Amino acid sequence: MSRVKHWITYLQVAPLALVFLLFLVVPIATIVVVSFFDYNTTQIIPAFLLQNYEELLLSPVTWRTYQQTIQFAVITWALTLVIGFTVAYFMAFHVRSPTVQTVLFLLCTIPFWTSNVIRMISWIPFLGRNGLANTTLINMGLIQQPLEFLLYSDFAVVLAYVHLYTLFMVVPIFNSMMRVDRSLLEAARDAGASGWQTLVNVILPLCKPGIAIGSIFIVTIVMGDFVTVRMMSGGLSASVGLMMANAMSLLQSPAAAANAVVLLLLVLFIVAAMMRMVDIRKEL
Amino acid sequence: MQHGKRGPAFWFLGAFFCLFVLFLYGPTLTILILSFQGPSGGLTFPMNGVSVHWFKNLFEKQMVGDFAGSLQRSMILGAATMLVTVVASFSAGLAFRTRFRGSAIVFYLAIASLIVPSILISLGIGLLFRVLGWDPTWYTSAFGAHLTWTLPFGLLIMFAVFNRFDRRYEEASRDLGATSWQTIRHVVIPILLPSLIGVGLFGFTLSYDEFARSLYTAGTFNTLPLEIYGMTTNVTTPVLYALGTVTTGVSFAVIAIALVSVTWLRRRRARHGSDAGKAA
Repeated sequence: MSRVKHWITYLQVAPLALVFLLFLVVPIATIVVVSFFDYNTTQIIPAFLLQNYEELLLSPVTWRTYQQTIQFAVITWALTLVIGFTVAYFMAFHVRSPTVQTVLFLLCTIPFWTSNVIRMISWIPFLGRNGLANTTLINMGLIQQPLEFLLYSDFAVVLAYVHLYTLFMVVPIFNSMMRVDRSLLEAARDAGASGWQTLVNVILPLCKPGIAIGSIFIVTIVMGDFVTVRMMSGGLSASVGLMMANAMSLLQSPAAAANAVVLLLLVLFIVAAMMRMVDIRKEL
Repeated sequence: MQHGKRGPAFWFLGAFFCLFVLFLYGPTLTILILSFQGPSGGLTFPMNGVSVHWFKNLFEKQMVGDFAGSLQRSMILGAATMLVTVVASFSAGLAFRTRFRGSAIVFYLAIASLIVPSILISLGIGLLFRVLGWDPTWYTSAFGAHLTWTLPFGLLIMFAVFNRFDRRYEEASRDLGATSWQTIRHVVIPILLPSLIGVGLFGFTLSYDEFARSLYTAGTFNTLPLEIYGMTTNVTTPVLYALGTVTTGVSFAVIAIALVSVTWLRRRRARHGSDAGKAA
C-alpha cells in the first residue's frame, strides 16, 4: 500500500478517534486523577490521597448500595433475557413473511428512539395511587385500599428497566437468530427432535453471542443508572449512580470520582467475563 | 415450523408478542390521551373534559421553566450530533476497510464508549472542564458527550454496511476512469444512502433524548431532557404530559421522515434498476 493511501486512511479515522480521545479517554483519566484529590466545602485541591477510597470502601452504605445495584442488574437481566428471547424467537421463527418481520421489528425498536424520561413519566397514570391499576383492582373488588408499592418502589424501578431496555436484548438476539441456518432446523426435525428440543439444543447455543451482547448492554446500563432509580423509587431506593450524583451535588467530586473508578472496574470486570463468550466483530 | 398449519406455540408466542407491544406503547398512549385533559383535570383518569389548555400552558415561559428554549437547544444539538455522526462514522467506516496500525485500538475505544456507563462520561467531562477552568456548555462539552454515545452506534452500523457492500461497484467505477473522490461521491454514497439516513436517525434521536450524558456537561442552559427531569420534581399538573406528547411527537416525526425516505430510496432504486445512460 502506498504511503499516500496510508495517510488518507488515518485522515478518515481521525475525527472519530479524536472524539474518543478528547471525550472518553481524557475524561476517564481525569476521573482517576481527581479520585486522589483532596476537597473542602468550596473547592477541590490537587493531592495524592487514598482517603476517598478508604472512606468509600469502609462505609457499610457503599456495600449496601453496590449490593442493591447488582441485585437490580441481575433481576433486570433475567427478566429482559426471558422476554427478549421470547419476542425475538417469535419474530425470527414464527413470522414467515419478511415484510411482516421488518414491520414487527420496527414496532419493537421505535420506542428506543424516544425519550426515556418521558417513558418513565408515562407510568404515573398507571401506577399512581389513583392510577389505572389501583382503580381497576378496587373496582374488581380484589383490594380495598390502593396498593402503595406500585409507584415509587423497587418494583417500579425494575418495571421501568424492563420497559426501557428489553429492546437491547431483542435486537442482538433477533440478529443472531436470523443467521441461524434454516436447514439445521430441518435436520433437527428429521432427526426426530421436538420443537422444544430444537430450541434448547440448536437455536439457544447458536444465539449465545446475541445473548452476550444484549446482556452486556443491560448490565452496564443498569449498573450505571441513576435517573430511573431516582424517578421510579421516588428517592426510596439507592443505586451507585445515585450515590455519585448525591456526592456531586454536595460538591464532593473527588468522592464521586473514587466511586466512579470502583464502578468502572466492576463493570469492566463483568463485561470482560461476558466478552469471553463472544467475538463482537464477527457479529456485524 | 416453516410450512403447514400454525401450531399452539404460534398463538401463544403471538399473544405474548402482542402483550409486549402493548406494554411498550400503552403508557405512552395513555399520557398522549391525558395531555388533552381539561383545565381542571389531574394527573390520572378520569378525563375532566378535553382541551389544549396544557399545551398552551407549556409555551408560557414563566409557568414551567424554559421549555421553548430547551427544545430549541436540543434540536440544534441533535442536528449537529447527527451531522458529525454521519460524516465521522462513514469516513471511519471507509478507513476500517483496510487494516491500519491502531485499528484495534480505535475499535476497542468505540466499544468502551458504548459500555462505560453514561454517568461516568458525563462526570468525567464535567470534572475535566472544571479542572481546566472552562465552563461546560451544551454546544461544547455536552456535544462531545453526546458524540461518545452516537459514534459507536454509527461505526458499528457502518461496519455491518460495508461488510455487505459489493466492492465490484467501486472497481467498475475505477475502471471507467473515476477518481477515488468521484467513486465515493457518485457510487458509494448513493448506494449507502439508506444506511446513512439510519445512522443520522441514531445520531439525532439519541442526542435529542440523552439525559445522563448531559447531566454534568450541559452547563447553565438545560437541554430538553434535563428540563423535563427538572419539571418532574416540581410540576404536578398534566402540563408534564403535554410536554411528553410534544417531545414524543418530535421523535416520531424524525423517525417517520427517516423511514419514509429510506423506503422511498429503496423503491426508486427498484424502479431504476439500471441507470445506464442517465448520468448527469
